[in-house]
Amino acid sequence: MNMSSRAERSVVEGPRDGTSPVIPRDPSTALGMTTRLDGELLEVSMGPQHPSTHGVFRMNVALDGETVVKLKPVFGYLHRNHEKIGENTSYLGSMPYTDRLDYFCSLTNNWAYALSVEKLAGIEVPERAEYLRIILAELTRLQNHASLLGFLLSDMGAWGTPLMYAFREREKILDLFESLAGSRMMCDYMRFGGCRVDAGPDWIGRAKKVLDAFPRFLDEFEKLLVSNEIVIARTQHIGKLTADLAISAGITGPMLRASGVNYDLRKVDGYGFYPRFKFRVPLGDHGDTYDRLMMRVLEMRESIEILKQAFEQIPAGPVMNPKVKLRSFRPPVGEAYGRIEGPKGELGFYLISDGSSNPYRYRVRPPSFINLTILEDLCLGHTVADVMVILGSVDIVMGEVDR
Amino acid sequence: MESLEEIKTRVEAAVPGADISIIPNPGPANQPSLLIDNEHAPHVARFLRDDPALRLDHCSNVTGVDWLDRTVTKKVKVKKLVEGEEKEVEETHEEFFPGYLESVYHLYSMALKQGPVIIRMRTADRGEGARLPSLTPVYRSADFQEREIFDLYGIRFDGHPDLRRILMWDEFEDYPMRKDYREPDDYEYEPTPHDDVLEKAKQHYSTRPQLDGAEELTAQE
Amino acid sequence: MIGIGILSGMAVTLRNFVGSYFEKDRLITVQYPEERETLPENYRNFPFLVYDTDDAAAGLRCVACKICEKECPPQCIYIVKSDDKKPDYMGKLQLYPKVFDIDISVCMSCQICVEVCPFEAIKMDKVFELSCRERFDTLLMRKEELSKSNIYYHKIHPVEAAEVDANLAAAAEAKKKKA
Repeated sequence: MNMSSRAERSVVEGPRDGTSPVIPRDPSTALGMTTRLDGELLEVSMGPQHPSTHGVFRMNVALDGETVVKLKPVFGYLHRNHEKIGENTSYLGSMPYTDRLDYFCSLTNNWAYALSVEKLAGIEVPERAEYLRIILAELTRLQNHASLLGFLLSDMGAWGTPLMYAFREREKILDLFESLAGSRMMCDYMRFGGCRVDAGPDWIGRAKKVLDAFPRFLDEFEKLLVSNEIVIARTQHIGKLTADLAISAGITGPMLRASGVNYDLRKVDGYGFYPRFKFRVPLGDHGDTYDRLMMRVLEMRESIEILKQAFEQIPAGPVMNPKVKLRSFRPPVGEAYGRIEGPKGELGFYLISDGSSNPYRYRVRPPSFINLTILEDLCLGHTVADVMVILGSVDIVMGEVDR
Repeated sequence: MESLEEIKTRVEAAVPGADISIIPNPGPANQPSLLIDNEHAPHVARFLRDDPALRLDHCSNVTGVDWLDRTVTKKVKVKKLVEGEEKEVEETHEEFFPGYLESVYHLYSMALKQGPVIIRMRTADRGEGARLPSLTPVYRSADFQEREIFDLYGIRFDGHPDLRRILMWDEFEDYPMRKDYREPDDYEYEPTPHDDVLEKAKQHYSTRPQLDGAEELTAQE
Repeated sequence: MIGIGILSGMAVTLRNFVGSYFEKDRLITVQYPEERETLPENYRNFPFLVYDTDDAAAGLRCVACKICEKECPPQCIYIVKSDDKKPDYMGKLQLYPKVFDIDISVCMSCQICVEVCPFEAIKMDKVFELSCRERFDTLLMRKEELSKSNIYYHKIHPVEAAEVDANLAAAAEAKKKKA
């Protein structure tokens, strides 16, 4: 146990960056207390084996009573140097490894990597493949957000039930992935220049059926969430993130949009065929945990809209660019940074090619790793129980954070 | 968005003394970058962030790159006096390029929805004292990513508020992402080592790792 | 009024509880060892080697070209070429693998070996109940365990296998015409 006196606390307080506005941090005001005893800080190591820490994530927390006064995340328990592996593997061989980054959303990882290699080598993708990619990415978003909501409620103490409802819906989507790509989570489906196998008409029919049943789940889930007094008490005004801090800290994805910043790469970059689709970008007002939670529900509704349009528009045709030689693939010398809007935020791949069959540099921009930058700012002044909820609303997967 | 050349001239006007050059990117991606001298980098970054026409407020990706020492052999035709006569003789020149570490920042604008502008900085050498200025005071998102570069590449960032190892443990000594990093070979390797892995493993294990007794249980069944 | 939100949430759980007796959609679990879901056609687990005819040793399609060994991202394939040659399905003399090991404790089921194989010799299996008590030898699949007949391949991947057979027949036909 590391004890430090209260007087030392001023060292850790205050913004690190003079431009970032900071959330009020005086623990006494957060709890509504005016007088308190001069106690000592208690340092608690939460994780890496805590059941609520979403994987092997550890936080060293300094507590004043129940209140967090300092928080340092500790990473690396799942580190396997993914980037070094990528440098020693061929371009094709890295594709199955990307599944293992964010193992909830292997298909968006595939897409981001394929997109970067396509940028690097100037490869075109057939139309049907682009539509399939959009369909699979949006299905991935649905199942990721659904299970996130389940986990988040489970963190708040609604142990089991909402999570099982979410997993039930996720199961149906995973079955779709399994029948198309052969595996439920490690899909390894996309290739630079298209997709590995085509989806037959029966698959599209099944996917439509799953999609038609999804809004009912969302309605039910919203009834569990939106007006539930406990959820409101646990999430509103907890972990507020201001727009300025979010932009400065490179926060992306639903977490950024919950703070009211309109920045969705599907609109901004318009990669794939997203400009052909009509959908709205939901935005939050307050940037608190409740907004982050509702942002996922709203994004799922928009994903359903995109999927409906995609199923209507999807053309027939090949799914693979025949010019691309996957084996001993050698892109020209150069570098490229490609990014997509993953379910957790901006997922980017930075590749440098020296003309050989392996990338000279292979870098992943992991959204949930960078979204953790402001975890301390969000948690300061809140209680230990809130830390779990805030962490849940950040939506991290350790496979991606530690790489 | 204005071209990289225009940005370069405007930055040079705004930050006096800044030494900026454009690094071309020959590939189809067409993402050239700006090489900025270390001394002025924080000022340049601040200008890029605050300039109303650019507003590059989103530092998306920060990463390190390791470039090893390399020698390029060139054949040059030189005119020489051979036996009193001037002749063209082919000579091979070896040119030595010292290696360096590089940090690359991909900047986008959330306010104006434009980008990317890629800036890079280079260290003087690949030694222990490889240093670069930190851009964390300008972009908070560089915080963990610069720590990661320090951890994996060994670039020290001056001005970073909390420069510690982030993915490897604190006692770890080498920098694993460097190109000349040698992995330790004394750990229990894959169950079926072969070829060079087997040779490496042999130095440490005479036979396979000890079985834990579970194989006897299987035999009984 | 406080409590309304909780009550409406309770109503949802009640509807799910009662609904799980009547609606297939709400109860999707399967009592696993007794009940089994049929695996989809595309399902893949670990690779196996295909052989034609009845003889596993003679009919093996693999010619030990080592492409899969080279392309395998986790490097779990180990091949030693034979010293002599044997005729393949077209009657041409080819090398064959003297040793063909796949370490399925390292294999990550990515299917790249299948994609790069020019001889349609390696395919993905659907066996998933492979747990065993010993880590090293039992999870190292030797050539004999990996070799499975084309009939088995037809059984697990009917559509794909028919396509492969048609392609091979067409290739053999084209060769005959040339000769």
